[in-house]
Amino acid sequence: MEITARALWTLVHGMGFGALYLLACSGALVELYRFTSSSPSPESSAGQQRFLKIYLLSMVVLAWAAVLTGAYVVYPWYRAVPPSGTKDLAMFPQRLLMAGPTTIGWHSLGMEWKEHVAWFVPISITMVAFVFIKYGRDLKNHRQLRIAVLGFAAASFVCAGIAGFCGAMINKYAPVQGGHTIQLSHGEEK
Amino acid sequence: MSKSNASPNSPVLTNGSGSAAILAAGIGSFVLAVFACASDKSVAVRNTFVFYKPTGALSGVTTTAIVVWLLAWGILEGRWRNKTVAAGRIVAVAFALLGLSLLLTFPPVVDLF
Repeated sequence: MEITARALWTLVHGMGFGALYLLACSGALVELYRFTSSSPSPESSAGQQRFLKIYLLSMVVLAWAAVLTGAYVVYPWYRAVPPSGTKDLAMFPQRLLMAGPTTIGWHSLGMEWKEHVAWFVPISITMVAFVFIKYGRDLKNHRQLRIAVLGFAAASFVCAGIAGFCGAMINKYAPVQGGHTIQLSHGEEK
Repeated sequence: MSKSNASPNSPVLTNGSGSAAILAAGIGSFVLAVFACASDKSVAVRNTFVFYKPTGALSGVTTTAIVVWLLAWGILEGRWRNKTVAAGRIVAVAFALLGLSLLLTFPPVVDLF
């Protein structure tokens, strides 16, 4: 069992940072709503507020890590230009997608959308984390701020979902390949 | 961090700082979408935004938008930090900017220009 370095980076970007962010989103939305709209109960301690702050900060790190590895590590491999006369486009995912009438949409719509919409995620969640850390339970008394925090958190979820879906489909039709091969395990003959 | 004379159910903090962060997020998103749209439509703009060649114009579009976002945030925070502002209107503008940003980054909409 082996994986190429580029495929591993794509995995870290998509599954490591992106998918983990998406998983964290639903929990953040529920907790933000619960924490900022309900009356403080005896069990909603300062410890729980601290936990949510750390949770949101972790999401900020995941969101920035996802867009930065996407834009500066994986994307250059995706958009690499083949030397003229290249017949096998397997190492040039963008050109591979653009070469087929049934796959060109995954670049012209999927990647063109994903590469920009993904950046709304870190911007939104950074704001959400800042406002929650600053106001905490006092958000309950600021209805408009609370609505904005929940709205931007939901928008970040949608944007991350769009980016994740497009990324997964693009990688299915034109996977980023190449780099040195990493041996994960040695298969046994049967 | 400014505090007012609060009763148990009234806000402890003014809403200025939160409003500044929210509006700045809307501005940052919108600027990113406008730059992305412009670089898609104009070769000159696209070339200007190539800050890092392997990533192409995306590097300049996003870097510049992030700088504008942080600058806007800093300026608004400086002006509103200790104030109570019209948060309802500010949040509405921020949502409108975010909505426009989502539209402007959707390729079929970009193709209309």
